[in-house]
Amino acid sequence: MITAEQKPLQEILGYIAPYEKILVVGCNECVTVCAAGGRKEVGLLSSAIRLNSAKAGKKIEVLEHTLERQCDPEYVDQLAELAGQVDAVVSLACGCGIQTVASQYPIPVFPGVNTKFMGASESQGIWAERCMGCGDCMLGITGGICPIARCSKSIMNGPCGGSVNGKCEISPDVDCAWQLIWDRLVELGLQDRYEELVAAKDWRPAGGGGPRKIIREDLASSKIITEDNA
Amino acid sequence: MKTESRLEKVLASGQLAVTSEVGPPRGCNIDIVKEKANMIKDHVDGINITDNQTAMVRMSSIAAGVALKQMGLDPIIQMVSRDRNRLAMQADILGAYALGCNTMLCLSGDHPQFGDHPMAKPVYDIDSINMIKMVKDMRDEAKFQGGADITEPPKMFIGAAANPFADPFELRVMRLAKKVAAGVDFIQTQCIFNTAKFEEWMKQVVDRGLDEKVAILAGITPMKSLGMAKYMKSKVPGMDIPDEVIDRLAGVDKDKQAEEGIKMAIEQMQRLKECKGVKGFHIMAIEWEEKVPELVEGAGLSPRPKV
Repeated sequence: MITAEQKPLQEILGYIAPYEKILVVGCNECVTVCAAGGRKEVGLLSSAIRLNSAKAGKKIEVLEHTLERQCDPEYVDQLAELAGQVDAVVSLACGCGIQTVASQYPIPVFPGVNTKFMGASESQGIWAERCMGCGDCMLGITGGICPIARCSKSIMNGPCGGSVNGKCEISPDVDCAWQLIWDRLVELGLQDRYEELVAAKDWRPAGGGGPRKIIREDLASSKIITEDNA
Repeated sequence: MKTESRLEKVLASGQLAVTSEVGPPRGCNIDIVKEKANMIKDHVDGINITDNQTAMVRMSSIAAGVALKQMGLDPIIQMVSRDRNRLAMQADILGAYALGCNTMLCLSGDHPQFGDHPMAKPVYDIDSINMIKMVKDMRDEAKFQGGADITEPPKMFIGAAANPFADPFELRVMRLAKKVAAGVDFIQTQCIFNTAKFEEWMKQVVDRGLDEKVAILAGITPMKSLGMAKYMKSKVPGMDIPDEVIDRLAGVDKDKQAEEGIKMAIEQMQRLKECKGVKGFHIMAIEWEEKVPELVEGAGLSPRPKV
C-alpha cells in the first residue's frame, strides 16, 4: 500500500491561516490502514485546528468528511456540496488523492500528510519500503526480494563491498538486500542464478520515460478513448 | 595489448605491478596533487586519483588525472556510479581518454549518507559491474551503452575493486567472477589486514581459474598509529582488522607505532608476493604518500620496470 505520515500541525496551520471555513478530507484506503489520514485522523486534526485557532483568538469553521477513495473522481464528486461551502481544503490522502481533489474543485487544496512510499507492514505500527514501482518487476530472478527498493544503491548485481553481518553500510538498522536475496536463493536451491549478469536497468518504465499512464481499453469508456485519441 | 596503459604493459611483462593513490584536494590547488604524485612517481606504475571519496566533494578525478598526464605520469582515473548516469559517465570517459587517460577504475562508490552532501540525490543508474561492461563495449565493440556506434572509441584498461572481507564471504569470489565475466582487466582489493582470510579468498580465486583472467593487485595500507587501527576497525565499513594487528601496534611505544606500521606492511607484501594469483600491489597510504617509496623499496619492488 501507499504509506503516509501526518505533516506537523504548524505547517498545516500555516497553509490555512488566511481562511475562515475549511474542509478536512480523509480517505478510507491506504492512509486509513497506516493511521495517517482516515476518519479518525480527520477528527483528531480537525479538533486540533479548532483548538489552536481558539487559543489564537482566530475564528475558523472546520468541516469533516472521509471519502471511500480519494484517488477516484467518482468518489471525489461526492465532495461537490461541501466544497462549495468552504474557502479551502486540507486533504489527508496520499499525493494521488490530494491531486484528484485539487483537479475537481477551484479552491486551494493543501496536503495534510507527507506521502512516503509503497510499503508493507512489518509488525504493528511499522511499515517498510518494498517496491519502487519500477514498471518491470525483477522479483522473479531475485528470490522475491527487491534490490531496487531495498538496496540503498539499487544495485542489480550486489552486494557491494559495504555489506557487513547482513547489514547495509548506511546503517546497522538497514538490512543488506543482497544478503537477503542470497539467503533466499540458497533456501530455494537457486544459488546458480546468482552468477548470471543482470543487465543495466531500463529506467523508462520506472518513470525515466516521463509521467506514466496505464490505458486499459477494455475497461476505459468509449468516451475517454475518443478523447485520448483526439 | 588492448590498450596503451602502462599498467597493462607491466602486467603483461610478468612482473609484479605497483599502483598507489592520491586523494585530490577539497579546493582548487592542483599543486597539492602534483606534489603528492611527485613523491611516489618513481616507485609506481600508475597513480589512482579518487573520485569524491567517502562521498565528500573533491577536485574531479579526471581533471587531476589530466594534470598528472601532463607531467608525463600514468593516472588511473576512478569513476563512481553514485554521481553520474550513463550519459555523463560515457561523456567523461570520452573526454578523459581524449586527454590521455587510458586506465580507469569502475566503482559503485560510498553512499552519500557518509559524506558532506547527505541531502544529494544518489544516481546509481548502473552498478559497477554494468559500468565495467559498458567501458569494455565502448573499447572492444566501439558501441555506446545505448547501442550506437562510436567513432574513435576510448581504449581504457579497466579496473574494479573487490572486498574479500565483506559479507557474505561465500559470494565474494562469485561476485569477482561476475566482474570478470563483465570484462574487468585488473582488480585492486580493499585494504588487507587479515592476511590469512585474504589468502583463503585468493585460493578460491585461483581454484576457479579467475587469476588467469584478471590481474589482482593486493590492497596494502600501512597503519600510522594504534588510534588509526582502532578507528578503522570500528568505524570503516567492510574493514577486517584482526586483534593481532592491534596488539602488535599496542606493543610498541607511541612514537614507534608509525615505524612498526611500515614494517608490518612490508612484511605483508613480502608474504603476499608468494601468494599464487597476486599480480602486484595497490598501496593506499592514507595522507602518508611520502612513505610509498620506503614501502616499495622495503618490499623489494624497486626499481619499477621500464616498459
